[in-house]
Amino acid sequence: MSKNILEVSGLRMRFGGLLAVDGVALKAREGQIVSMIGPNGAGKTTVFNCLTGFYKPTEGVIRFRGEEIQGLPGHKIANKGMIRTFQHVRLFKNMTVLENLLVAQHRLLNNNLLAGLFKTPRYRDAERRALEQSRYWLDKVGLLEHANREAGTLAYGQQRYLEIIRCMVTNPSLLMLDEPAAGLNPSETDGLKELIAELRDHHEMTVLLIEHDMKLVMDISDHIVVINQGAPLASGTPAEVRNNPDVIKAYLGED
Amino acid sequence: MRLHFKSAIFSAIVVAILTAVLLGVRLTQVGSQLTVVVADNAVFWKIAAAAGFIFLYNLLRDWIDRAKAAIPRPEGLKSNPLDVPLVQKLVWLVIILAALAFPFLAGRSQIDLATLVLIYVMLGLGLNIVVGLAGLLDLGYVGFYAVGAYTYALLAQYFGIGFWSGLVAAGIMAAFFGFILGFPVLRLRGDYLAIVTLGFGEIIRILLNNLTEITGGPRGIGSIPKPTLFNLEFARRAPEGTQTFHDFFGIAFNSNHRVIFLYLLALVLVLITLFVINRLMRMPIGRTWEAMREDEIACRALGLNPTNIKLSAFTIGATFAGFAGSFFAARQGFISPESFTFIESAIILAIVVLGGMGSQIGVVLAAIIMTVLPELAREFNEYRMLLFGLMMVLMMIWRPQGLLPMKRPHVELRQ
Repeated sequence: MSKNILEVSGLRMRFGGLLAVDGVALKAREGQIVSMIGPNGAGKTTVFNCLTGFYKPTEGVIRFRGEEIQGLPGHKIANKGMIRTFQHVRLFKNMTVLENLLVAQHRLLNNNLLAGLFKTPRYRDAERRALEQSRYWLDKVGLLEHANREAGTLAYGQQRYLEIIRCMVTNPSLLMLDEPAAGLNPSETDGLKELIAELRDHHEMTVLLIEHDMKLVMDISDHIVVINQGAPLASGTPAEVRNNPDVIKAYLGED
Repeated sequence: MRLHFKSAIFSAIVVAILTAVLLGVRLTQVGSQLTVVVADNAVFWKIAAAAGFIFLYNLLRDWIDRAKAAIPRPEGLKSNPLDVPLVQKLVWLVIILAALAFPFLAGRSQIDLATLVLIYVMLGLGLNIVVGLAGLLDLGYVGFYAVGAYTYALLAQYFGIGFWSGLVAAGIMAAFFGFILGFPVLRLRGDYLAIVTLGFGEIIRILLNNLTEITGGPRGIGSIPKPTLFNLEFARRAPEGTQTFHDFFGIAFNSNHRVIFLYLLALVLVLITLFVINRLMRMPIGRTWEAMREDEIACRALGLNPTNIKLSAFTIGATFAGFAGSFFAARQGFISPESFTFIESAIILAIVVLGGMGSQIGVVLAAIIMTVLPELAREFNEYRMLLFGLMMVLMMIWRPQGLLPMKRPHVELRQ
């Protein structure tokens, strides 16, 4: 049995008088796809923001690979291998597709100023590896021919893909996707589903997913956590969640 | 397709008024009085011809554009020829050769002015890193310039340090100031950052003004040693233990030698600056500056530390101001806090904006315009700044993206 890569317990986030997240617990094992679902405004993105250090959680423990990370700044958490996307695509729109990927690979690249000024062999080598890795991922999502285009000129679906592979080039151990299917048409959503499944099956990626597209969620999730009004409502396999009366009530209202 | 009558009339009138004022009349001192001297008719005919040309060009713009599009372009020149790397290299080579040859063809005052232009180019390029690339509005850039100038001047005065070590020390000192200022300031954004940096520039100046025991206060520091060429002095007679340039080469003393040397030195400094910044833009650090400008939150999510990145831009930008400052001090031989007022910051910023944010060649061009134009218009005395302002306003209306907007070198993935 693989070990837990992420363990969250008793997570609380308070904004003034508003308790946006109340006692959420989460567990993700290595190589799993865990989805977080819930009605709009349930606090899913707030949980994401707490996990990735964009908010400082009021209470709770977040363990990432056994290490407590709550309260650390976002960039430190990201460097530990927890990388996220955003509900609204956040690309560097005026930079090329390739440059978006290169910026993400800052840890791989040689950041020594003098090495870059004199283009030492080591520097060139690091750059070549970064370019190769970019080429690999661009090819995987069919963006290779657009590599030198400005990211802002890509179609919306392509921008979504680019945002995901921009995470992948950092070699993360946990990929967090915030509504990756929002704004995609059905065929693009199918492509996305395949991509996420492939990341899990062939790249040993653990994925934490927020998504409203129930078909996508039910098809690929290994585990689902349902949140309602900031509080955990249910959790289990897709089949368990689908048949849980509380979940049905929260989504469809009482009759 | 239609006739652009209104805009044609407007542009023609602007051209007529501007050129008539610039070329048509001149204030000359006759005895103790100033009189207006009107240029002869030939000048006015030329002005009329220019206005007429502008009128026709704007009037028939649609036809001209169509005719231009109809001209067949040779293969391989599908887009702008300036985008081809080889052409770019050739253009650069020609510009550099012309700049090298310039002092041997021009007069002394022109070389002097060109040296001043080069100082502003260096300052513009440095500020361009902070404002144009990293997107941090810095209104106190002149503070680092002052730090550089005073570092060299004080080291020379108290410790007898020469220009070359002074240059390095000034760069390091300015970088250090950039670093310590950056720490508290870079948490701020946009307007707040601008105001704090503005304050910083003023504090430096006021500090220099009031530390009378050390800096001499408003009296400034004088007799700062000039740069030497491998310890060869550019003077008629060398101080003890040194040799003069004209003795060493066995040529007659000519005071122009020093002026030319200063110009060439500034040119070398500018070329080094251009090279370094050009490299920086292609390096990971240059890309992260730009990424930071575009989306700070996405940068954080990718594990980039915003403070470090902004700090590096601020520090490197300040370093170039330090170099420029020490060169300025060496060239003038005298500095006082007067040289480092807010208007200097504003001019450097104007150079960056006018040239096109982030664009190196744009900055060079803008520095030339911003320095040469006020000198040419010196005859207008107080109206000079008015003309200057007018030019800026027109520029921002017609070409808000700057003279030559940024064309950044891209890393390309070969298919």
